[in-house]
Amino acid sequence: MLKRTPLFSAHQKLGARLTDFGGWEMPVQYTSIMEEHHAVRTAAGLFDISHMGEIAVRGGAAPEFLNRVLTNDIRKLQIHQGQYTIMCNERGGAIDDLYVYQVEAEEYLLIVNATRIATDAAWLNQQLADFHHRSAVDLKNLSADFGALALQGPKAALFIDSFFSTSNSQEPASALRKNQITRREFLGRSIFISRTGYTGEDGFEMVAPAEITPTLWNKVMEVGSQFGLKAAGLGARDTLRTEVCYPLYGHELDENTTPIEAGLGTFVALGKGEFIGRSVLAEQKNGATAKKLVAFKSPENCAPPRPNYPIWSTGPGARPIGHVTSGTQSPSLGVGIGMGYVPPEMAAANSPIAIEIRGKHSPATIVPKPLYRKS
Amino acid sequence: MSTPIPADVQHAKSHEWVRLRDGLATVGISDHAQHELSDVVFVELPAVGRQLKAGESCAVVESVKTASDVYSPVSGVVAAVNPELAQHPERVNTDPYGTGWFFQVKPANPAELDALLSPADYAKEIGE
Repeated sequence: MLKRTPLFSAHQKLGARLTDFGGWEMPVQYTSIMEEHHAVRTAAGLFDISHMGEIAVRGGAAPEFLNRVLTNDIRKLQIHQGQYTIMCNERGGAIDDLYVYQVEAEEYLLIVNATRIATDAAWLNQQLADFHHRSAVDLKNLSADFGALALQGPKAALFIDSFFSTSNSQEPASALRKNQITRREFLGRSIFISRTGYTGEDGFEMVAPAEITPTLWNKVMEVGSQFGLKAAGLGARDTLRTEVCYPLYGHELDENTTPIEAGLGTFVALGKGEFIGRSVLAEQKNGATAKKLVAFKSPENCAPPRPNYPIWSTGPGARPIGHVTSGTQSPSLGVGIGMGYVPPEMAAANSPIAIEIRGKHSPATIVPKPLYRKS
Repeated sequence: MSTPIPADVQHAKSHEWVRLRDGLATVGISDHAQHELSDVVFVELPAVGRQLKAGESCAVVESVKTASDVYSPVSGVVAAVNPELAQHPERVNTDPYGTGWFFQVKPANPAELDALLSPADYAKEIGE
């Protein structure tokens, strides 16, 4: 039996096409991936991201514990601010990539991938058991208690303030800066709003108690309709994030792939002291890796690349050099795009490569990331 | 965006249609199929001159999300392919029974068409 989010019946009412996403029955599209994609790039889209996990870490030793298990430096955070970070194993392989927010002085909220909730919680508990100040850390997996929405697109900031009462002492949610988080009241309950997203557009993510998530969804849909808001499914979420080269766990990242190989070195704070995976990551950052994540683009009128298609070198002695990790037709660019791992010496921008599609070699070129940048 | 099923086509259960006219069978995919796929972005067509058997996989239609095989509803030699689909794959969505056709076959055995679904039977098949 697939798991369902609190918005399952809202998706059914909208006639969504549903798919199994890591054990969750989720909307892949409501009308068309193209339409939903363009709505997010030009106006706004609303995504159900309730399947994602929420883990609360509280207590005086929480920052020290989190800095041990995560690659980024938690001490860079101010209160009500978040950062992208990676949780690694001892080999530097990614257990998950996530957002961590400092929501109060001694309280952190981790937003983790749906497919990794159980693994993350088990890993964190295991690390906590070995942590010398474990009595000063309280770890709770709250994933089942919360729903979540992502409101994304250039018009999102025009109506985000219509849903919440804001007291005189508070700035409106639209005044949040990138990566900031705040709490607001909705139906008398406290919800989190952050200025973050996974689309390359401006936008907000809202984490709300599961019981009120459907009401919040309906309210946002109702107010947003006059701004061109559309419900958007996982299909558009995937094309949008692929265009801006955001990694998807299970595609660009896994337990045998390090954040350095994935080009995420900015989020690995080697200078912060010891943390899990540090020695391998330091060696890779200062030396060499066996593989490097690249983005590539196909010419017009070529078949779109898909995950797991082989990547080949070109010219005499052409040989397989890697695999596509994410690949699709880009709705914004009108050509096939993708990402994949190749040996570092073959990863230079503008290098020609070939994608093997149904036994034939289709031309492509390695290009700098991101593949698309908002205008 | 829904196109009614024309009276002059027969359908395969795998959602291809075929129209026999002047000894040539034109093949495409049904309105129901294009709707299920949504947003066709690429079509791969068989080589002209290729010998096809009924039920053989001979073309690929790709939406943003997936690639799907297309099967020839009839046996015969490929006589022509739609030259417009390379530039305009979206015609499979906008005009599935017209300018969105895939290929034409010189049928080896026109009686094969009788085994396919009539417009009324295909409508029942897709629950309309």
